[in-house]
Amino acid sequence: MRRIGFLIWKELIELRQDPDLLGIVIVAPILQLFLLGYAATTDIRDVPVVVADADRSVESRDLVARFDASPSFTIVGVVTSPQDVDPYLERGRAWMALAIPAGYGESIGRGETETLQVIADGSDANSTNVALGYAMNLLAAYAQEKTAAHVPAVRARPPGIEPRVRVWFNSRLESRDFMIPGVLALLLLVITTNLSSMGIVREKELGTLEQLNVTPLGRSELILGKLLPYALVGLVDVCLVLGIAVLWFQVPLRGSVALLFAMTIVYLLTTLGLGLFVSTISSTQQQAMMTTIFFFLMPMIYLSGFIFPIENMPAAIQPLTYLMPLRYYLAMLRAIFLKGVGLETLWPDALALAGWGVVVLTLAVARSTKRIA
Amino acid sequence: MMKKTMAVARKELRQIVRDTRTLTILLVVPVFFLLLYGYALNWDIRHVRLAVDDRDHTMQSRSLVAAFVNSGYFDLVASITDAETDRLMDRNDVRAILVIPSGLGRALRTARPVAVQVLLNGDNANTATTVMGYALTIIRNESARYTSATGAPSALWRSTPLVTVEPRIWYNPQLRSTLFLVPGLIAYITMITAVVSTALSIVREKERGTMEQVRMAPVDTASFVVGKTVPYFVISLVSASVIIVAAMLLFGMPMRGSWSLLMLAVSLFLVGALGLGLLISSAAETQQVAFQLAMLASFLPTFILSGFIFPISSMPRFLQVVTYAIPARYFLTALRAIVLKGARLDAFWIELVALAVFATVVLTLAAVRLRRQWS
Repeated sequence: MRRIGFLIWKELIELRQDPDLLGIVIVAPILQLFLLGYAATTDIRDVPVVVADADRSVESRDLVARFDASPSFTIVGVVTSPQDVDPYLERGRAWMALAIPAGYGESIGRGETETLQVIADGSDANSTNVALGYAMNLLAAYAQEKTAAHVPAVRARPPGIEPRVRVWFNSRLESRDFMIPGVLALLLLVITTNLSSMGIVREKELGTLEQLNVTPLGRSELILGKLLPYALVGLVDVCLVLGIAVLWFQVPLRGSVALLFAMTIVYLLTTLGLGLFVSTISSTQQQAMMTTIFFFLMPMIYLSGFIFPIENMPAAIQPLTYLMPLRYYLAMLRAIFLKGVGLETLWPDALALAGWGVVVLTLAVARSTKRIA
Repeated sequence: MMKKTMAVARKELRQIVRDTRTLTILLVVPVFFLLLYGYALNWDIRHVRLAVDDRDHTMQSRSLVAAFVNSGYFDLVASITDAETDRLMDRNDVRAILVIPSGLGRALRTARPVAVQVLLNGDNANTATTVMGYALTIIRNESARYTSATGAPSALWRSTPLVTVEPRIWYNPQLRSTLFLVPGLIAYITMITAVVSTALSIVREKERGTMEQVRMAPVDTASFVVGKTVPYFVISLVSASVIIVAAMLLFGMPMRGSWSLLMLAVSLFLVGALGLGLLISSAAETQQVAFQLAMLASFLPTFILSGFIFPISSMPRFLQVVTYAIPARYFLTALRAIVLKGARLDAFWIELVALAVFATVVLTLAAVRLRRQWS
């Protein structure tokens, strides 16, 4: 035990002597959190709209003003002919064009039906879909108002079914509350898996691993001593991120913090195990870096549900997501943060994560004879 | 100058070829990823798991449930009672619950308004917004059937509104999210491959001490930097071209513009990415630091700030300014303009210029930094 302590101490001294690295493991998480916290919103705001107003009447200007007043849209240009919108859409300066036909104001004044055209740039399908929905809603409300003005007897509440929507767990529909727990999970993966694998391979490359091998340290002591400092760094980062998430971004943390930390430690078994595993199959740091990025990091980012919901994936791919330890940790983090549920609901995920941890760590330790470790 | 550059390039190439795993990763893995992610990822939300709490049990309530199921967006997984709501939502067993009050049928038959409740799991705000849109449309359509069918209110309720809207979608009429994600994936994978390949290339020599030998050799920093770039440029260009062709063959990505412009855009982007990797490599003292810097400078910004996944116009003002420093932003705009819109050069020359400027700046910075370290 004391010998492990010495080894951990040695690692920490090395970390302190590399101020660049120390700075980065502290600054990087904060920077990432702010980036994701502010930028990672799939909410659509300020969609640039170009208007082809062939009418230029009071009526058409009123309609344009409504678009401009809505937080969802920004008018980036008003042209006269529908042909003039082409360059706007082609250059991506506008995502949507609203075409108002000539004589629009007069027709509306006479109570005749007029058709407006909305052209959307479909090259960003997701945003367009949402933006188009906003536009249709805005126009529907506008149409209803105009119609009501002409048919005075319209009832305030038409007969039929009226939808009442209630959103649970995230009633403000804030993407941030969903993304930030994800950052925590991703961050731990980057810090612990990558740094630990590169840290071990580095000693291999420099030849200092040989020196450690001739010390009386046992294999398990050597492994523990090499991995624990990174776990420590990871836990410090978790505290940092949690603090900023709750205090600065005001992400609701409804569940138990103790459970969160307990699950984090279980998760660390896997990430550190992966790091150790990579170090046993790599002989240079470049190999270690590429192996982790391409075979662990990228698949985990994309297939864990971090950004792309698993339920949208084709049925053939979905089983693959069970191979991603991140999937379970992420699901638990989000549930603890947003739903405030405990182990009674989360035990299947917790069990799967723990299972992965044991498997990965055992495999990695078995592969690393003392010589390679 | 030329000869020295080629000498450095030859040495680097020999080193790459010797490390077969790295070479394989650089050439094969990008295509594999495009396949996997291009197929796996999409935002087209279908099969939303729905539970129904029907307290009415009339023809009308069953017809409303049928409208949800027949829309193709919802899968009815359970008929429940009030007590089960919490458990189903907590465990993510369902994403939406439709609560139909008793008396719905009677209200509709007598042409009175009635409210139904839709409960949504909002943990993923994006999905929830889309699902809400589906639900509202279905309910509105279903509602319209009764408004027009009962006949009675039509005198009061004008059946055609005064203003109608005709939406049209250009470039991607079916709004396939693949067509939007694949260009993003191309940019992302290309960027990662390029930066990762060069980020360690200089710092590795520093760590191993071979940098001293290079310094003694009669090679100036400029030819050293260019020589380090050339082999990786060739490899990345091959891998990028394969990805693009694969995207066209496998995912039906169209090619509406000019091939030569596309290759020009790809090359400019690649040189910039490789240059960024070299700059990182010249700045870092150890490979671990270089790796972390590479993550911070390329991985994350390309992912988050390029408009690949998150719309730039929704970001706060100061972050929008930051996105102008992200080469992937320009590349993505140019790529989408060329392949999806078939735009001519005058629509995106600014993006190409921006890419060229970025490449020049990072390569110069890398050379300058090295010169300072060598002297």
